Order: sequence, then C-alpha cells, then structure tokens
Amino acid sequence: MKFTEEHEWLLPDGDVVTVGITDHASEQLGDIVFVELPEVGTEVSKDDEAVVIESVKAASDILAPLDGEIIKVNEALADNPALVNEDPQGDGWFFKIKASDLSPMDDYMDAAAYKAMIE
Amino acid sequence: MGDLKRTGLHDLHEKLGAKMVPFAGYSMPVQYPMGVMKEHLHTRAAAGLFDVSHMGQVILRGEDVAGALEALIPQNVAELGVGRQRYGFFTNETGGILDDLMFANRGDHIFMVINAACKEADLAHMRAKLEGVEIEEITDRALIALQGPKAEAVLAGLNPAAADMRFMDVATMDLNGAECWISRSGYTGEDGYEVSVPETQAVALAEALLANDSVEPIGLGARDSLRLEAGLCLYGNDIDETTSPIEGGLTWAIQKRRREEGGFPGADRIQRELADGPARKRVGLKPQGRAPMREGVPLFASEDGADQIGLITSGGFGPTVEGPVAMGYVIADNAETGTEIWGELRGKRQLLTVTALPFTPANFKR
Repeated sequence: MKFTEEHEWLLPDGDVVTVGITDHASEQLGDIVFVELPEVGTEVSKDDEAVVIESVKAASDILAPLDGEIIKVNEALADNPALVNEDPQGDGWFFKIKASDLSPMDDYMDAAAYKAMIE
Repeated sequence: MGDLKRTGLHDLHEKLGAKMVPFAGYSMPVQYPMGVMKEHLHTRAAAGLFDVSHMGQVILRGEDVAGALEALIPQNVAELGVGRQRYGFFTNETGGILDDLMFANRGDHIFMVINAACKEADLAHMRAKLEGVEIEEITDRALIALQGPKAEAVLAGLNPAAADMRFMDVATMDLNGAECWISRSGYTGEDGYEVSVPETQAVALAEALLANDSVEPIGLGARDSLRLEAGLCLYGNDIDETTSPIEGGLTWAIQKRRREEGGFPGADRIQRELADGPARKRVGLKPQGRAPMREGVPLFASEDGADQIGLITSGGFGPTVEGPVAMGYVIADNAETGTEIWGELRGKRQLLTVTALPFTPANFKR
C-alpha cells in the first residue's frame, strides 16, 4: 500500500489501483455523512477532483492520484457513508482506477514514510 | 493560537480532549473525543454542557433604562416582568440587524447577553446611544449552557429550585457554592439553562455537572447543528445588517406595542414590511438528496434557468433529522412551505423543499 500527501491510500493490483483515505484523514474529518463518487467509466487525470466527502463540519475534495479510468466505485457508501469512518482503509474504499500511467506510484510514500509525515 | 483569548474553562477543555479552534477571537472547543454527531444526539437525548463564555455579558442600570433601551431595540422592555427574559436585537437605521441578544429584567438592572463577534461594537453602540444608563461589561464571570431533556434533573440535583423555573425565567441561585445568574433558555431547541458563574468557580461547577452521567461536554460543531435543526438564526449568517427582522422571520420577537408605536432604528422599513410583507423571507430548506448544501449555495426557481431567487445562509447535516438541513432567503413568491426549488451544488442543480421551521420540535418548558 502507498500513501499520498493528500492522505489517500493506494492499493495496486496490476494496473488497477484501489483508492481510499487513511485512518488519520478519517479521524481528522470527523463524522462523514455523504460521499459523492465519480461515475464508472469516467476518465480522470492526476489531481482532478474525483470524490467529494461531506463531514458534519465541511466538504473536502479527494483528488485522483493517477491518470486513468474509474472502473468501479464503492456503491455501499451511498447508503452508509459512515463506512469511511468505521473502516477507512478497508470497507470504506472509494473507487478502483485502471491506471494508464503507474509511474507516480514510485513517488508516493510507503507506510513508514506516511506515518512519519503525520506525526 | 497565541493571540486568541481564552475562557475560564480553557484548560478543562484541553483536559477533556477537545479540539480547539479560533472562533470570534477566542480559542474554543469545536468538538470533544465523542465527535459532533454523537455530541448532538446526546444533547437531544440527555444533557450537554456548553462553554459560551465568549459571549458578552452586560449589566445596564439607570432610572429609565427600559425606555432608553427601547430606542435601540424593537422589543417591549418596559413591560417585561421582573425575573423574565426576552430575545431581542439591535436594529440599524435601515432596518437591518446589528446583533441579536437576550435581555432579562433582574429587578434593579437589565442583564444582557450578546454575541462574541459583535460585543465590542454593541458596547460602543450602547455607550454612544444610551443616555443616563450605566453600562457595565461583566468580564469576571463565565457562561455555561446546560441543554437537553435531562438538564432540569441535573441542575435540580445541585439546587432543587432550578426545577421551578419556566422557559425564559431568570433567577439568582447558589450552585455548587457559587452565586449563579440562571436563565431557563438556550439555543438548541431543547429545554435547558444558561448559567453565569464567577470565573473562579466555573471549573468546579462544570466538573460538578460533568460528574453526572447524563452530562457530556459539547463543542461548537454540535452547537451549530443543534441550532440549525431548531431553526435558530446564527448572527452573521442568517441575519445581518442587511436583513430586516421581518425578512428574517423574527416578527414574533417584536411585541405588539412596538410594532404599532415604532420608535426604534429602522422602524420605517420594519413597519412597512409588517404592513405589505417583505420582498424575501428566511425559510427552512430540506435538500431532497443526501448531499448537504451549505451557506453560499445559490437557489433557483428552475433546473436550468438564470432565475436566481435566493441563497442558503446556513446548511449542513442534521443528526436528529438524519439528513441534510438548511435555511436561507428566497423571494416571497417562492417562500411557501412545500415549494420545490433548486440549489446549485458543485455545478449541478438539486431539489430542495421549502420546509416549516424548526426541523425538530422545540422542547421548552413553557
């Protein structure tokens, strides 16, 4: 698993990468009440706004960490956005992207580097 | 946060694990470890303790203090009984609202509570305009709110006389050895109390209240969602210097004699709007989808027209409603309950229904 400075986690499986937010980010955002996911089939570029998360406090944007096509989204979040609080690095995932360029993965942090960043 | 003022309960907030944020020049708790959602629900189910010491506390004394104050606010001060409190607001010459406030007749003086962000301006306004009135800002007392259906039982545990108070009564009472100025009021839509307590005894009182299993500390985050569900205005968002009390749905707070007689700043506009109806009105708005719509979202009469009819002034998620709630201003033609209008969120228009306020029924002890 890799991590971005924007507090996303990326789990690659070949060229398909599952994306979510970290435990730390979920804790900082507080109670999440709505998640707006992209449509399956959307082509995104790295740093495009891909997901909007609404907590009780504010709206936050999640940026696409890679270029590629959104091939699956976590439909369970529509009915139960609190999954992002309960299990951010598991059942609370946002989308799977079929990356057209995996090279940014090399620049993202490993778990130890991310842990150092948030401490 | 070195330049921020601290309330007398600051160290207690930190000890309780609060996340502190700047608010109106103060370092204030936005939430505790429980989190905004649970804090909100706890207040509606049991009792929540709020530090509202950032708000201004003022004593007004003078031979005709009521008459003098009536020249600045459109409320009936003269006939407010001893031991009773009213909601009010300072108006300006164009009929807008300078601040909203609570004032109480405490026998030989009026006790007033004003918003933190407005208190310097309010004090300057009163000092300039209230002739023959002694104006004393109280800076050595904290202000604590205890809100929720268990508030009465909790406070009565410290002094049984608290249970005898009705909504909007005020009294001086000993609580935990401190001389407290208490009102049976608050800003959550729940029954409850606001307690002015000497700052040196505030932590001990807060800890005595928190020792009760019914009571949890509640931050500004839940205070905002509670007052939003209760349909109560946040000064600076839902009412300001440009909104009249009639547009703001606060006609109920202007008593009959003052409506008829006028004699307060902006009476021309306010009496005209009372007679003819205002051009726009503050309304409750229920987004039909699940996405919260917050302040600043523009409102339209149709899905695709350029026909903007208003603006959301407060919005978010209502934990008790279990969905998004908002309020804002719409032109009078679109203000009827049940009207469907559109809010533009992230470039997409989504339906809202004009809804009667409050979203959650008030639970006051009348």
